[in-house]
Amino acid sequence: MLTILFDGIAYGMLLFVLAVGLAVTLGLMNFINLAHGAFAMAGGYLTVFAMQKAGLPFLACLPLAFVATALAGALLERTLYRPMYAKPHLDQVLFSIGLAFMAVAGVDYFVGSSQQNVHLPGWLRGRTEIGEGALMLGMGHYRLFIIAVCALLAVALQLVLTRTRFGSRLRAAVDDPRVAAGLGINVNAVFLLTFATGSGLAGLGGALGAEILGLDPTFPLKYMIYFLIVVAVGGTSSITGPLAAALLLGIADVAGKYFIPKMGAFTVYLLMILILLYRPQGLFVRRGGR
Amino acid sequence: MEYQSTLLRRARWRPWEFALWAAAFAVPLVFPSRALMVNEIAIVALFAMSLDLVLGYAGVVSLGHAAFFGFGAYTAALFAKHVMPDPAVGLAVAIVLSALLGALASLTILRGSDLTRLMVTLGTALLLLELANKLDWLTGGADGLQGVVMGPVLGRFEFDLYGQTAAWYSLAVMLLLFLLMRRLVHSPFGATLEAIRDNRLRAAAIGVPVVARLAVIYTVAAGIAGAAGALLAQTTGFASLDVLAFDRSADVLLMLVIGGVGWLYGGVAGAIVFKLLQDWLSSVTPQYWMFWIGLLLVLLVLVGRERLLRPWTWRRR
Repeated sequence: MLTILFDGIAYGMLLFVLAVGLAVTLGLMNFINLAHGAFAMAGGYLTVFAMQKAGLPFLACLPLAFVATALAGALLERTLYRPMYAKPHLDQVLFSIGLAFMAVAGVDYFVGSSQQNVHLPGWLRGRTEIGEGALMLGMGHYRLFIIAVCALLAVALQLVLTRTRFGSRLRAAVDDPRVAAGLGINVNAVFLLTFATGSGLAGLGGALGAEILGLDPTFPLKYMIYFLIVVAVGGTSSITGPLAAALLLGIADVAGKYFIPKMGAFTVYLLMILILLYRPQGLFVRRGGR
Repeated sequence: MEYQSTLLRRARWRPWEFALWAAAFAVPLVFPSRALMVNEIAIVALFAMSLDLVLGYAGVVSLGHAAFFGFGAYTAALFAKHVMPDPAVGLAVAIVLSALLGALASLTILRGSDLTRLMVTLGTALLLLELANKLDWLTGGADGLQGVVMGPVLGRFEFDLYGQTAAWYSLAVMLLLFLLMRRLVHSPFGATLEAIRDNRLRAAAIGVPVVARLAVIYTVAAGIAGAAGALLAQTTGFASLDVLAFDRSADVLLMLVIGGVGWLYGGVAGAIVFKLLQDWLSSVTPQYWMFWIGLLLVLLVLVGRERLLRPWTWRRR
């Protein structure tokens, strides 16, 4: 019982790290980026190869995945994404689906379509059990590690967003880019940095999640709907909204698959449609804004 | 009077339209080996036109239009297997049931932003896919629904191995539904849809019942998409999970965009280009078709999707 809750939280935390970049991109530039999962996949594959080919330790690969995908994100933002911001949503959707398709086929071509595994170090493989009976809590060490890392990241992001000058610039730009630009904030630079960070976080999430979510070339399409659910339900105006939505989704998904396995992902989709029918702008939206 | 004639001019039949339809019906007779291809093109063209009603005329971005296509396909296949093998009755049943599903699903697209609509349309398609996968006693699950035997069309024309009957059957259904759609989009009703697409707030301000219009067009489009799905299931005698997959929604969106949005022949042109391209590319690189389609999408958007198939607009800026 508690184990399911624990696994759900770990899963939700992972989804949060994967999707938070998407939430900021969408909130800041009103850009629907369906190729976000491709960055996560890049991070995952990078980790697998750095460990297998270069023999780097797992902990060293995580920052590497973050930095590499952040750089790739910055490059793509500069070259391909920027002309898209002013276009209608249909164009953005087509463009980013196209990117995702290319990423899927490209990885398939260079790496092959088989599932890749991350070899975890020994100290992350164990499992601790507390209590007994229905209240037994079994904690995989790796999931514990994920929760710790993701919680630290969430707190750090929240602090950056609320306590620093960059954070206040970012919030101003999300609320109204035109007025923010009029006040002398370089919205393009803010956005470049945010996009890079978001991509980097997706890459880090992909590296962390390769073990739990599975890593194969169809990753960007398979998890696209999950990222979008987090963003659509959580809203784009804060860190806490997507966090709560990701936790809700993670717990609902794990519990749904455990208690009613016949339904599969059915419960999650149904829940999402019902929530969006009830609150089309998302569950955790600040009043005001746009 | 003058204003009226400019409005009516758009609805007038052009000579090339007659030529196009005549050519379409002639191809299976002249090139019998291409009949299967014609059948496929007719089906996806019908599907793309139904999406055009929603996307091009009413401005609703949908990533889950395959929901209705797949629902129609499964309905027609199940109807033929368990109730009655007559194609025309099966087609009618599939259209009616898909339209009912569309009426129900139209509740989900009335509110919210583009992102919300994207999510609920995608969610609806995934919901149906999951359902078809899990109800394997009814749909055959991942193996697909097999053992569908179709009767002759109108009790006279048997489906043959080379697909000539299938091609004519699909073309005839497509023509009938096309006439209906053509009448619809050039009517005052169609004009109000375009008003909603261009500015929802102003449309509401001049008295257009926005919610009712969107619900009606979504229902009609769902029925027609269901018809396309039913044609696929009937002419191939098979329905599998593939008819509900995300790729199908993305493909039809691409077809429509290649041909041009907000123009019924856009769906036809896009379907022809897309199918020929797919045929050619998959004979060159069978595995990495997805890469080329992705590249095509990216280039299309970067160049400007309005211009690609209409060379006479290239000079204009």
